[in-house]
Amino acid sequence: MIGVGGCVGYFYFSNIILDKVIFPAKGPQAGRNINRANKVRPWLFLFPAMFALGLYLAYPVVGSFWRSLFDRSGNNFIGLGNYADLFAGSSFRTAVFNNLLWILVVPAMATFFGLLVAQLTDRLKWGNIAKSLIFMPMAISFVGASLIWKFVYSANPDIGIINATRDFFGLSPVDPVQIPFWNNFFLMFILVWIQTGFAMVILSAALRGIPEETIEAAIIDGANPFQVFFSIKVPQIMGTIVVVWTTITILVLKVFDIVYTMTGGNFGTHILPSYMMTYMFRDDGRATAVAFVIMILVLPVMIWNIAQARKEMR
Amino acid sequence: MADLKLTDVEKAYGDVKVLSDINLDIKKGELIVFVGPSGCGKSTLLRMIAGLERITGGTLEIDGLVVNDIPPAQRGIAMVFQTYALYPHMTVRDNMAFALKIAKKSRQEIDAAVSRAARILQLDQYLDRLPKALSGGQRQRVAIGRSIVRDPKVYLFDEPLSNLDAALRVATRIEIAQLKESMPESTMIYVTHDQVEAMTLASRIVVLAGGGISQVGSPLELYNRPENEFVAQFIGSPAMNMIPGEVVETGPQTVVKLEGGGTARADIPTNDGDKGLKVNLGVRPEDLTATDGEEFLYRGQVEIVEALGELTVLYFKPDGRERPMLAKLPGTHAEMRGRNVKLIAEPDRIHLFHNGKSLLYR
Ligand SMILES: Nc1ncnc2c1ncn2[C@@H]1O[C@H](COP(=O)(O)OP(=O)(O)O)[C@@H](O)[C@H]1O
Ligand SMILES: [Mg+2]
Repeated sequence: MIGVGGCVGYFYFSNIILDKVIFPAKGPQAGRNINRANKVRPWLFLFPAMFALGLYLAYPVVGSFWRSLFDRSGNNFIGLGNYADLFAGSSFRTAVFNNLLWILVVPAMATFFGLLVAQLTDRLKWGNIAKSLIFMPMAISFVGASLIWKFVYSANPDIGIINATRDFFGLSPVDPVQIPFWNNFFLMFILVWIQTGFAMVILSAALRGIPEETIEAAIIDGANPFQVFFSIKVPQIMGTIVVVWTTITILVLKVFDIVYTMTGGNFGTHILPSYMMTYMFRDDGRATAVAFVIMILVLPVMIWNIAQARKEMR
Repeated sequence: MADLKLTDVEKAYGDVKVLSDINLDIKKGELIVFVGPSGCGKSTLLRMIAGLERITGGTLEIDGLVVNDIPPAQRGIAMVFQTYALYPHMTVRDNMAFALKIAKKSRQEIDAAVSRAARILQLDQYLDRLPKALSGGQRQRVAIGRSIVRDPKVYLFDEPLSNLDAALRVATRIEIAQLKESMPESTMIYVTHDQVEAMTLASRIVVLAGGGISQVGSPLELYNRPENEFVAQFIGSPAMNMIPGEVVETGPQTVVKLEGGGTARADIPTNDGDKGLKVNLGVRPEDLTATDGEEFLYRGQVEIVEALGELTVLYFKPDGRERPMLAKLPGTHAEMRGRNVKLIAEPDRIHLFHNGKSLLYR
């Protein structure tokens, strides 16, 4: 009530002040004043929204950057010292490298599997059941998913399915999350498992939106199912594929939970978000510096994503 | 460039039969038009010929070969869709070249075929455009071009003009007629619900109704000698008038006494046994003339006058029948509104139907 009343009041009185006090529509300059008032008016309406955006979006960005220029106590200004330290440390560089791997692999795999499943389940009677099953992981939190996969990857053959299989063939158990380099992929697979459902749902809707006649025309033109899929269907939903791809890319740059839960960043598995988490509450200066690096990385993907989504809307 | 033969073709979706007993012989070089009201199965029949829809009974032969189980691409057909169905991500050139690329034709062959089609359809300037940068008429020409480059045995058109505006529809209709003329060898099957398109394009018309073929014949055959009431009323615009009556005189000419007090003499032979036969008399609005004489076929009050300049359409006051009587007179007759008018028609312009079937075809 107060909010709505406040809004109405704000617009009403600000307009009155504009018309009566600042640019009165009287006297020798009435015409010019009306024009000037009309030029200012849009800004009156925009002001509250811009103020809120500024408060909740711009301020934190600037604030974080400012904080990243101070040491862990927050009292001593050290300029770009945090950044210099970050780039000098080998664990940060590992995290950046791993993160690049994640960005390359996870969106590609999730989009690919999503597209595959969307296409394969399209005409099946039990396709919707299959889709629901594949969509399920979306409903699980990252931590929950990690716990499930902790069991799958467990080194104990009585718990982990991988080692149970190895055991069956008489092989000795291994701990997948401790295998250097490849353990990254085992962790990535968890996010792929979660995100395939998302990709599938969006791409399935896009596939449904393709005009049936273009497919029939291609069939008459002699295209086989593969050619129909790759030459007719995929190009028509390319915009959606890009949106799905970039959306997952952005997500990859903020998911710390999986690494945090599975390995805590040990065994060379850190990625930037999990690396940031290790400094959080201990050295906020350094943590915000990492956050800033992440933001710089996300920004171009974000812009591209929005541009593509806009193109799709048209 | 092929003969088609449909034998006892039928189509069922589950338990619902939408088409049955389709028997049709199509000769090389014909332009056959399937015409009928919406939902009568025209598209379904065309799509069965194309191979996009399974034939659930009977056989379809192309050039003597049963093609029921042969995939669309190998039937030697090309199809133009109502919605154009252009590949939106490909240029006009690539749209037309797609089938040839799939068939792994050489670059020179593809280029030659595409530029020939572009020349025929005046699309040369648009080859590098995307479909979305073309007008509706141009898009439809690209769709036709896509068929031409494949040099198919049979062209199939599914209501290709119904998404165009009126002026463009006439222009494109004429282009299709010219295209057919330039390819006298090619066989074309054309689906429409518009009887004007059917009349102007067809070498033979197939009227579909009620899940089967109602009549097959040249446009003027259908106009002059309709086999049944459905065809009589479907072909021609405005539709043929129907007046119930009873045969009173038989012989080489038949005299019918009509409801509403009129009588009519028809050039249709009947025999003695037909006396008293209940018939529907059909007469086209354009075959009626106003008269002051004693004898008349119909008498009524004019309710609405549509003066179109070169002719005038009179709508008579409804007299209990489902549709009012219509007459189409040459010239302008604005003064007829509200008047009582008597109408007659020449004996050779009268049609007689018993139980929906024409007495001519007994
Ligand atoms: N996939 C389908 N399942 C069931 N009935 C269908 C299907 N497709 C078409 N029909 C029915 O077949 C009939 C003929 O349809 P169609 O050939 O599209 O008609 P037309 O092209 O003459 O307007 C319609 O009554 C329609 O309801
Ligand atoms: Mg149709």
